[in-house]
Amino acid sequence: MSATDYGWLVLAFPLAGLLVTSFGWRVLPGRLPGWIASAAIGLAFLAAIGALVQIQDLPADQRSLVDSAWTYAATADLRVDMAIFVDPLSVFMCLVVSGVSFLIHVYSVAYMGGDRGYARYFAYLNYFVFSMLLLVLAANFVILIIGWAFVGAASYLLISFWYRRGTATYAGIKAFVMNVIGDVGLVIATFLLLNETGTVNFRQVFEHAPDVFATDDVTLVFACLLILVGAFAKSAQLPLHTWLPDAMEGPTPVSALIHAATMVTAGVYLIARTHPLFELAPTAADISAVIGTATLLFAATVALVVTDLKRIIAYSTISQIGYMVLGVSVAAYSAGLFHLMTHAFFKALLFMGAGSVIGAMSGIQNIDRMGGFRRAMPFTFVTFTCGALALAAFPLTSGFFSKDEVLAFTLNRGGGFVVLGIVGYVAAALTGFYAFRMVFRVFYGDPVPEARELEDGHLAHHDAANPMTGEAEDTDVGFPGPEHAIAERSWPMKAAMGPLALLALVAGVVQIPGVSDVIENFLEPTFEDSRFRDTAPSEGAEVIGLVVGGLISIAAITVAFTVYLRRRGITLEWRDRFPAVHRFLEHKWYFDELYDAVFVRPAATAGSFGRRVVETDFVQGFIVGGATGIVRVGTSFARAIQTGFLRGYALLLLLGLAALGLYFLIASS
Amino acid sequence: MDVVWFLVLSAFIFVIGAAGVIVRRDPLVILLCLELMLNAGNLALIAFARMHGGQAGQVFALIVMVIAACEVVIGLGIIVAMYRNRLQIDVDEMTELRG
Repeated sequence: MSATDYGWLVLAFPLAGLLVTSFGWRVLPGRLPGWIASAAIGLAFLAAIGALVQIQDLPADQRSLVDSAWTYAATADLRVDMAIFVDPLSVFMCLVVSGVSFLIHVYSVAYMGGDRGYARYFAYLNYFVFSMLLLVLAANFVILIIGWAFVGAASYLLISFWYRRGTATYAGIKAFVMNVIGDVGLVIATFLLLNETGTVNFRQVFEHAPDVFATDDVTLVFACLLILVGAFAKSAQLPLHTWLPDAMEGPTPVSALIHAATMVTAGVYLIARTHPLFELAPTAADISAVIGTATLLFAATVALVVTDLKRIIAYSTISQIGYMVLGVSVAAYSAGLFHLMTHAFFKALLFMGAGSVIGAMSGIQNIDRMGGFRRAMPFTFVTFTCGALALAAFPLTSGFFSKDEVLAFTLNRGGGFVVLGIVGYVAAALTGFYAFRMVFRVFYGDPVPEARELEDGHLAHHDAANPMTGEAEDTDVGFPGPEHAIAERSWPMKAAMGPLALLALVAGVVQIPGVSDVIENFLEPTFEDSRFRDTAPSEGAEVIGLVVGGLISIAAITVAFTVYLRRRGITLEWRDRFPAVHRFLEHKWYFDELYDAVFVRPAATAGSFGRRVVETDFVQGFIVGGATGIVRVGTSFARAIQTGFLRGYALLLLLGLAALGLYFLIASS
Repeated sequence: MDVVWFLVLSAFIFVIGAAGVIVRRDPLVILLCLELMLNAGNLALIAFARMHGGQAGQVFALIVMVIAACEVVIGLGIIVAMYRNRLQIDVDEMTELRG
């Protein structure tokens, strides 16, 4: 089988899993839907490995293959094929997506075991993986947009999975609206590119682009900025990030899969995929780099003060994606994608650990209520700490090599990029601090009642309550089930977290400056046309970057250790001393309030004006009322005859008959 | 006998029926009066059929009878339904179709 055959298989398995679990939900017993769904994704991962093996057998310059199954749409000058694009970049994304998805599916088998919507959950999850793989395998913008919209829909379905929670359905709507803004940007960008290059296929667009566009051509910059709107909406970058923290309303494995490891990195993939356009439009790439940097700093500061465990990790995700966006925007493609991979490992792991802790807390997500879980949950503690170390870029963990490679590239571009790189290092210090804020607050300190109960071998149980509003909930379908799962007691959860913990620690070995260049060599054929190949930092510069990054990380963790363990309470002092700063951060830089004032309230005002004045007074009163008035006056005579008296009608009938008879008599005589 | 006598009788019966339909308010009596009108028509049809010596008029009379039977079934059904719903048995009260 060729690499493209394997590519089709990668798509076919999740689709088959989706169909089986969604149509068989009534007959499949117990946990079988979960295992079927997991097996489907596992097979997709194996198929992705098959594609990897096949593509590595080809000569380096022939490693981008396009295979078309059928003509998707054909009009006058345009033919769109249902085609997949198998090249190192898409194979890399397929491996990351299907591999991490597989582990998260296995985790979900146990974690969602008590939920009444079990089969529905796995059908959605398989649908998501299928959509995501379609997105990364698409060979033209049209199929890409289809996958793009599909993952948005899957995200909506899974955020609102517990659909009886008002907060969850609102969060789903918010995410969907934000994503549609991005979809519109992407569609318009496709129109612009189609208009100028006459095709929507990636390869032809990239080939024609240098002939059609001069460097920094206005149309191209505009198209690239619209692509960025799509990428930023999906990847939760400023200013379209507000949906991601609210997306934590979904089940925790969903947060791990969609809102940390895979879907939100689609924007990074998109920028990497369209890198020939961005290199022709350096203005757009620079804007992207600046926004990525702003986002990574902004999200890291907010993560310092948020108290909801899942939302801390969500802001951390926004921040880390900022690093990836910065990387792919400064032409550090392999570094950005390397960070995408390591982030997928450690962030999925952190969410899984958070899910386990939330299970032990019986649904409570506030870290102020947590503490001392170290002895009660040794496995979760160790794996979560592995994830936190990688997130904090502790020396020799995976995040250490990937993040610092991005920053080394940025610094090496010189000029204004140095500022971006320094901001990146500042945010890296904050990252180490908030990562270990979670570890120290959740696992160290005095054990909370739930932790003591667990040490006595009993899982705490509270009445189900919405973690955001504290409202009581019932445990029927459409709500989190009454049972909670922790990793210590569910082997599927352990089986998923163990490998990820290992990968979070050691996945960095594939790309160590001066030692190994696996990722860079593998992705080489996709990015060999890059104009910035010679701006890659020297090995010496990279090593210096690593040393600096490692020192920052260790320093940040030490500070967190001092603040949260040695001198507990100092954070409260800080909060009281700088209330304005704390309030600013706690309100997430007032972005939600800003959007409320700028978009929501004017729209609501315009809407109520339209309802009161335009609709009620003008349309109802004048147009409709006027029309009915005219008809009413015009028909008053006809209506007056219709008395409703049966005998009156009979009399009229007879009179008419008599008149006709008389007429004929007179006429005939 | 001359056909005129039959026609005169038929006209009398028709006028009695029509007057009944217009004057009376009891739907049962109105139905009876309608029957009178139909049968007046039948009488005229058969009289003409006899005068012309054909069967067409007689066939028409039979059809009119069948239709009259159907009409009585429906009319009586409506009256029974009105009674069951405790509505007044009075056509002047049923003015729902006023425009």
